Amino acid sequence: MSKRTIVPIGPYHALQEEPEFFKLHVEGEKVVHLDIELGYNHRGIEKISESKTFEETIFLVERICGICSTSHPIACVQAVEDAGDIKVPERALFIRSAVGELERIHSHLLWLGLAGHFIGFNTIWMWAWRFREDVLNILELITGNRNHYGMMKPGGVRRDINKTDIPAIRKLLDSLQDPIKMFRDAVIQDPLIHARTKDVGILTREKAVAYGALGPTARASGYDIDVRRDHPHAAYGMLDFDVITCEKGDVFDKAVVRILEMFESIRIILQCLTQLEKVGGPVDTNPKNVSGGEGIGFYEAPRGEVFHYIRSDGGNRPIRHKVRAPSFMNVPTNRETVLGATVADATIILAAVDPCYCCTERMAAVDRNDGRRLLDTRALIRLSCEKTDRLMAETGFQGPTLPDFRE
Amino acid sequence: MNKFHIITTIQTQLGDAILVVKRKSNLRIYIDITPHSLPDASRMMLKEFGARLQIATGVDTSNGLEVMYHWALDAEGIVITLRVLVDHDSPELDSIAPMYPAAEWIEREIWELLGIHFKGHPDMRHLLLADDWPEGNYPMRRNHEVTP
Amino acid sequence: MINTINALTRSLNVFHLAGSACNNCDIEILDALTPKYDLERFGITLVGSIRHADVLLVSGVFNRKAAIRARELLEQVPRPYLVLGIGGCPCTGLMFRNSYNWDCPPSAYMNIDAYVPGCPPKPEAIISAVVKVVEGLRSGALVPRCLQDTTDLAVEGVGETT
Repeated sequence: MSKRTIVPIGPYHALQEEPEFFKLHVEGEKVVHLDIELGYNHRGIEKISESKTFEETIFLVERICGICSTSHPIACVQAVEDAGDIKVPERALFIRSAVGELERIHSHLLWLGLAGHFIGFNTIWMWAWRFREDVLNILELITGNRNHYGMMKPGGVRRDINKTDIPAIRKLLDSLQDPIKMFRDAVIQDPLIHARTKDVGILTREKAVAYGALGPTARASGYDIDVRRDHPHAAYGMLDFDVITCEKGDVFDKAVVRILEMFESIRIILQCLTQLEKVGGPVDTNPKNVSGGEGIGFYEAPRGEVFHYIRSDGGNRPIRHKVRAPSFMNVPTNRETVLGATVADATIILAAVDPCYCCTERMAAVDRNDGRRLLDTRALIRLSCEKTDRLMAETGFQGPTLPDFRE
Repeated sequence: MNKFHIITTIQTQLGDAILVVKRKSNLRIYIDITPHSLPDASRMMLKEFGARLQIATGVDTSNGLEVMYHWALDAEGIVITLRVLVDHDSPELDSIAPMYPAAEWIEREIWELLGIHFKGHPDMRHLLLADDWPEGNYPMRRNHEVTP
Repeated sequence: MINTINALTRSLNVFHLAGSACNNCDIEILDALTPKYDLERFGITLVGSIRHADVLLVSGVFNRKAAIRARELLEQVPRPYLVLGIGGCPCTGLMFRNSYNWDCPPSAYMNIDAYVPGCPPKPEAIISAVVKVVEGLRSGALVPRCLQDTTDLAVEGVGETT
């Protein structure tokens, strides 16, 4: 049996604090500084990729993030195709965009649910995740799995979308219009949501640009970038859609961008389905090798641009594979947005960039003078919910009117 | 701004600092520049072209440690990659974080995984690896052994 | 002892411990709480503190940093408790096993009572696993491993490096 090192542990300290992703330094009620500590998720994927073949590495990168599960594969295969000048059949391009947009809808609904939970509206959570289930069902119908679809490969996609499944997909998209309208109206028009999210956690356009922010985090601040429009790939160059931007960059704007983007996603998928009914042919050019060279592929994931760089020496493995997820650029913007905010607003501000779910599980507020831990994640969420209750009592606003879930 | 104009502007501004220009395709241009011209080149990308730094990729090669700065010109739909090469023995580059906060985490990651020192970085410390990761142990180097 | 094990078979407090996970299993665990699957009807509640946990749902491979945190947290769980490894990561480490940032599987320092393979396992599979484990406890076929302590730590000695 090979030797193995057991991870050593120091003496257990009764006051030892759990290391946090987001450590808020507070003075009274206000946040004066934010520490962000990464490292709990780092699995060394870029190095592992060098020992995988080009096809195997797609399954590896899919598991970088469970929510942006198809975004990494799409960006990765595009990088490989760029490196090796590999062509992709038109039919596969429409399938890529369709699966990608379905992912966008499920990811934004997921975020909406969590955001609702953080400000004390669990009905939003339950409804958003309930409709998300329908999206996951369709993804399972098309790809074989609710999550981690295994759809992408260099040269095309692994599975075709059956013409007989297209009516079911259309039916799902139709059924989502009303619920998304419900969320749109519940959020955009509700005065209590306004009170909780407007002017909260503002990221100016200038700061968004300075931090290289991406996705809805950037667009909410008026930084009008969207990989689908700016660097057309997959089928996006052949499709008609709007890029949603706002101006202020507060939590409200970030929510608006995500909700309205879901309508655009539906538009895009419907166009892809129409094309898939017309365009025949294979879904894979079956490339036999990747010629030596370097390639860059990027894709507009729900959180923003996912970037992959691939270097090939003509062999069957990447000799260098660089991966950059959008949260890498978006999470640092929290340093700006949470500064000066109250602890009650901290959770919703940190969650507004849509970081990895595990990151939002681990927040803490510490005293800025002695570092003493004051509030953990549960306490921070509770404070946020209490603020909502207080506002309800003060203003008489009841919050978004959604049907009671268990009716 | 069209692509021809972009390349001409870069060549005019950087002059001798440019070692190689490779047009991989209409959308992908790779320009090798001297390491000391990195700050000026970065400033040019930011101010002249309003480019966005997508990420920087560090690679351990037999010729040295290579860092590629991938700049997206979103209005034109192209990516210009500026490539620099430094010696294994003296792996140093000027930090561009002071002029561009987006580079802070990018340079921290390259330092801890590849071992390049970024002069003038405002907050150089571990980002992804534990604080007690052995010094001098750079996982993305070719000769790296698995157990630190 | 039998009384405390029986306590585990009534209503269960579940704590979710993720270590270097891609989040897919974590989301499926949360999904199990939503009304479509409704874990709560089995008397199962998600708790926010490991100090209140009867069952740990563990996901992810646990890289070096996460492993240290996990070991510190485990000290705080009142015995007896059960641990379910959710997803392929705690089972085998999947394709992350050769990472420079991974040291040993979570079973080296956690007594894992059952594994739910899948990438990710569906909410139905997770619920099914919890139900099976509870039935195993009731019938006596399953004894919480924390009571036997079969981790590598116990066998090879705490903190010892080989």
